[in-house]
Amino acid sequence: MGNGANSGGRTRNVVFRIKRCDGPGKPSRWEAFRVPVEPNANVISCLNWIAAHPVTMDGRPTTPVVWDSNCLEEVCGACTMVINGRVRQSCSCLIDEYAPNDGDTITLEPMSKFPVVRDLWVDRQRLFEGLKKVKAWAPIDGTYSLGDGPRESPAQQHVRYALSTCMSCGCCLEACPQYLKEEDASKWDTAFVGAAIISQARLFNEHPTGAILKDDRLDALLGVGGINDCGNAQNCVRVCPKDIPLTESIAAIGRAATIHGFKRFFRGA
Amino acid sequence: MTSTNQRVIIVGGGLAGLAAAIRVAEAGLPVDLFSMVPVKRSHSVCAQGGINACNEVARQQGYSEYQHFDETIYGGDFLADQGPVLEMANWAPKIIDLLDRMGVPFNRTAEGRRDLRLFGGSLFKRTHFSGATTGQQLLYALDEQVRRFEAEGKVSKYEFWEFLRPILVGQGDQRRCVGIVAQDMRTMQIRPFRADAVVMATGGCGLIFGKSTNSVICTGGAASRCYQAGAWYGNAEMIQVHPTAIPGADKCRLMSESARGEGGRVWVPRKKGDTRRPKDIPENERWYFLEERYPAYGNLVPRDIATREIFDVCVNEGMGIDGQNMVYLDLTHKDPDYLTEKLGGIMEIYEKFVGVDPRYEPMKIFPSVHYSMGGLWTTFTPGAYQPAEPAGKHEPGMIPPVGTEVGQGMAYGAPNNMMTNIAGLYAFGEVNFAYHGATRLGANALLSCIFDGLFNGVSVVNYVREGVPSTQPAESLEAACFDEASSAEQAKYDGLLATVGTNERDEKFNPYVIAREMGEEMTAASTVVKTGPRLEQCLAKLAELRERYARVQLSDSAGWTNQSLSFARAVGDMLILAEVIAKAGLLREESRGSHKRLDFPDRDDERFGKASVAEFDPATGEHRIFWRDVQTNLVKPRPRTYGKVESDQKGKQEPVGSAG
Ligand SMILES: Cc1cc2nc3c(=O)[nH]c(=O)nc-3n(C[C@H](O)[C@H](O)[C@H](O)COP(=O)(O)OP(=O)(O)OC[C@H]3O[C@@H](n4cnc5c(N)ncnc54)[C@H](O)[C@@H]3O)c2cc1C
Ligand code: SF4
Ligand code: SF4
Ligand code: FES
Repeated sequence: MGNGANSGGRTRNVVFRIKRCDGPGKPSRWEAFRVPVEPNANVISCLNWIAAHPVTMDGRPTTPVVWDSNCLEEVCGACTMVINGRVRQSCSCLIDEYAPNDGDTITLEPMSKFPVVRDLWVDRQRLFEGLKKVKAWAPIDGTYSLGDGPRESPAQQHVRYALSTCMSCGCCLEACPQYLKEEDASKWDTAFVGAAIISQARLFNEHPTGAILKDDRLDALLGVGGINDCGNAQNCVRVCPKDIPLTESIAAIGRAATIHGFKRFFRGA
Repeated sequence: MTSTNQRVIIVGGGLAGLAAAIRVAEAGLPVDLFSMVPVKRSHSVCAQGGINACNEVARQQGYSEYQHFDETIYGGDFLADQGPVLEMANWAPKIIDLLDRMGVPFNRTAEGRRDLRLFGGSLFKRTHFSGATTGQQLLYALDEQVRRFEAEGKVSKYEFWEFLRPILVGQGDQRRCVGIVAQDMRTMQIRPFRADAVVMATGGCGLIFGKSTNSVICTGGAASRCYQAGAWYGNAEMIQVHPTAIPGADKCRLMSESARGEGGRVWVPRKKGDTRRPKDIPENERWYFLEERYPAYGNLVPRDIATREIFDVCVNEGMGIDGQNMVYLDLTHKDPDYLTEKLGGIMEIYEKFVGVDPRYEPMKIFPSVHYSMGGLWTTFTPGAYQPAEPAGKHEPGMIPPVGTEVGQGMAYGAPNNMMTNIAGLYAFGEVNFAYHGATRLGANALLSCIFDGLFNGVSVVNYVREGVPSTQPAESLEAACFDEASSAEQAKYDGLLATVGTNERDEKFNPYVIAREMGEEMTAASTVVKTGPRLEQCLAKLAELRERYARVQLSDSAGWTNQSLSFARAVGDMLILAEVIAKAGLLREESRGSHKRLDFPDRDDERFGKASVAEFDPATGEHRIFWRDVQTNLVKPRPRTYGKVESDQKGKQEPVGSAG
């Protein structure tokens, strides 16, 4: 079970510049750490090293850096942060790619569109509230044994599977010029929901049982903070780590919403 | 009359916890759901390969729920109580149907039906999958349903809250669990919560071994806290080492068994120290050792066997690639588009983390700690099927001796199903020791997690509505026991905070250093192969670490989002569980499933056809280990060989079974 990937070479060091903050309402500051790079190191293994050796480059003892992570294989979405100016998952960020030479620097910042909890850890609860707003679920008749679900062509499965890999990481929201930070939870309901949520609404509209709530979803997305807030800048799709076709989703929901809006108008609703 | 304010606490929002939340909320009992991470980010999201269930296609080829049951028991080397396993196998098809109704995007056949793949320990296609991110897709489906209940006010989530201990009242027969103490990981507030029943669904303990395929919160801390409060811990020594992972500096990333299920072949060069690129090594100079040694199952033998064979080839024969403990897992003979369709998720992981495209280059893989069959000990009420004689081996095509009606293996709704030895405290999912015996078959874990939640969730409801809580609900109890438990945790927390800045920082008392040494020791002494003397040495090392831990020093005194405190606290709990794992391994003087003792190479049903059960003595901090009979009245134990061909009879033996 040994780690067979030891290159045998001398270890090199990488400098981490980290934007830190002790808690909501507290000022931010920068701290730098010199970290020896293990074979196959990623940003997380370096943060682990700092946690065990919390001393800055100029020899000042400090506290371990706080960050959010879980799966370490880019599938849970927890560890999103801004690395060298670009939003991405830190667990899949390999040091050999980002800082190939001795003494190279890597900069870590928390996402800017969410309230900071501490250091690199931000509060993304607004994202989960968005999922409630668009009723992102299939309204099944309970867990009784009622036979199998609807049949589905492989082509349709491909469409849904791609949308269903969204791990609520928030990259698309961080990159979106229309998605603004909102600390006040009472305003989340009227603030822009963002590309991830629009895409999830499409996912459930694409499922026969999910589609039962299609009108509710479109109503929600026609309202304040919905689809009309999207300026079509397409930044979202470029940063999504799962290559989710977000602009397609936005267009699809846009079309559906327009039709839905007309119907609503003629119904006099 | 039942109280109208009864509630159930579920700790853990992986597949087991979410399935339980759905079932309990559906029955009309309010649920408080606790998790250290937003439940959508729970470890279950990592599962790749799939979920097992008998299905129509396999059935028409001679497979059955009963055969699934028999495979699971045989795979687990006859260490699991059989009734619950039978019930689980019987329910499996219904669970798949339900997941399908929830909208899980299972892979589809041309006709639009659910596609199937092969998995370890079976000769039939009985594994349902969603690309190579099945766990993610199942977790999301359950997460969505729970969000629906949350929106309706039936489930309250406490995300970023850490469970610290169960709250117990009463002594002896009267003892029961009436709530928990938990801490908000942001504000660091510690407070008690009342509940009429508590379900632990806190997953595995891979981090005890340092690097594993598990997620960072899989410390086993929560299970250890229940154990220290008096819950029994069963079969601790049964730890699964997965044969195929890739090592990283922070964790080992799994390359799912589905890679072999889709045709992946494991090999090493026949020539020791061959330095040619794998593609330049011709077919006849490659040693497909699993296919050679196990003609019937080939690359799909159960994990403990594949792992030991890799270990044998690399360590004993020195045949690993570049002389290291590393072999090829080769998929390059398959169509790249097919691989993307069926295994996209893991192809991406390999590409991202190793930088090589496994569609064109064989993967280099290593074994890694993966899963804990052991866990909190639980009980159950046996079902209706009680044959006069246990059945023998079930062959494909045979008529099953029992049907699939509800309650054949385990009585539906019995309040004690999957309850620990403490009334009102349940264990579901990976933290439950039932179902998998001495080895878990691939794609059976997701099944057992969801089965626990859905089937045994009803038991929780019945206990709350008809058991002691119906006359003495938690809300009617005096506040004292809740406040006492909470104060004890507050004192522990304050004590840890007070260690900051007491002395010079000494590496010996650094919690991260202690954790690393524990992981290295446990991996070296208590995984693929074990011996008595090595385990004794391991226990001595753990004792040393426990002494050092008593003087642990933290480096963060913040009263806000103090992550390192939470970790340091868990390290203490992990050390205790590590001792249980090593000690039970030392006392189990036999080899069975994942537990291989070089000094006791054979299975010994007479002495050890029994579950190891550990009980903690809070006065001394010692572990008492005793043995409990395993239910084997449904199918008779038989040797577990998987038709291995010994090297002196290569090619002579008939393969067992027939691939359907
Ligand atoms: C890489 C990988 C791939 C796998 N692939 C497969 C597969 O293909 N098929 C298969 O059947 N099985 C597979 N498994 C096994 C399977 O994924 C797990 O056994 C299963 O997901 C465990 O689910 P669970 O619900 O028991 O717990 P988890 O999903 O681990 O969830 C535990 C929950 O408990 C919470 N928790 C833990 N401690 C505390 C605490 N102190 N306080 C509050 N909350 C706490 C966590 O926040 C989390 O919500 C795989 C495992 C791994 C590691
Ligand atoms: S397309 Fe819309 S959602 Fe995407 S980045 Fe632009 S404004 Fe944001
Ligand atoms: S759509 Fe992509 S970027 Fe946005 S949250 Fe989902 S996975 Fe992340
Ligand atoms: S830790 Fe899960 S995505 Fe990085």
